[in-house]
Amino acid sequence: MPSEKDADYLALAARHRPPAPTWSNAVRAFAIGGAICMVGQLVTDFFIAHGNSPGQAASPTAVVMVGLGALFTGLGLYDRVVKCGGMGGSLPISGFSNAMVAPAMEYRREGWVLGVGAKLFAVAGPVLAYGLGAAFVVGLARLLVGS
Amino acid sequence: MWTGLLIAFVVGGLLCVLAQLVVDVGHITAAHVMVLFVVLGALAGGLGWYGPLVKWAGAGATVPLPGFGYTMVEGIDRATKTEGVLGLLTGGLTAAAGGIKAAVLFSLAAALVFTPRS
Repeated sequence: MPSEKDADYLALAARHRPPAPTWSNAVRAFAIGGAICMVGQLVTDFFIAHGNSPGQAASPTAVVMVGLGALFTGLGLYDRVVKCGGMGGSLPISGFSNAMVAPAMEYRREGWVLGVGAKLFAVAGPVLAYGLGAAFVVGLARLLVGS
Repeated sequence: MWTGLLIAFVVGGLLCVLAQLVVDVGHITAAHVMVLFVVLGALAGGLGWYGPLVKWAGAGATVPLPGFGYTMVEGIDRATKTEGVLGLLTGGLTAAAGGIKAAVLFSLAAALVFTPRS
């Protein structure tokens, strides 16, 4: 329970907090996220032109986008993409790749097992855990409804 | 082709705007939003909403993380049809395997080759 003094302070802090540039963040997320997805569509079109159905093209597209994300992260460029585009850089699967590659590089000094091996799943781990968990629940529900 | 690129740009961009708004308005971290959107993608896939979006917007829907959740759900759906209940355990990772394994391998390679800047 915050005392009256704490409440005063919190109100004061809230008044002086700079307003989040929500509008400009949204525009930049749109431009950068959209551009990345457009590159993804070019890659998808390439795989479709080489004999894949749209469904089959999704997986190799993910691999290429992950590769591009890893390359740009390695070159130190993807951090700038995220700094500018926010979720526009993080939400595409290239951002998932960035979330694994960046800590893998960063924690190399802490060793290959507890540094690289453990830290590369710092963000990707929760994404996979809850994604797989949700997919399991959805799949189970579908199986029960379907039968 | 140009229409396809434009639709992918707009749909992918709008998904990212939505995620950015959750970050800015909800005051939560990017990692939380990434988790949230994968889960939402799985739910939207299960309800049959995400499939039509993927058909229409292509990479605009598959490249952002909700597409990752959708891929897992579709993989489970395919696997349960051939393997029955065991497919619940194998389908999700099988469908997402390409992206995950690529990310792991590229991470190890990057740690080997590159030194971090910044």
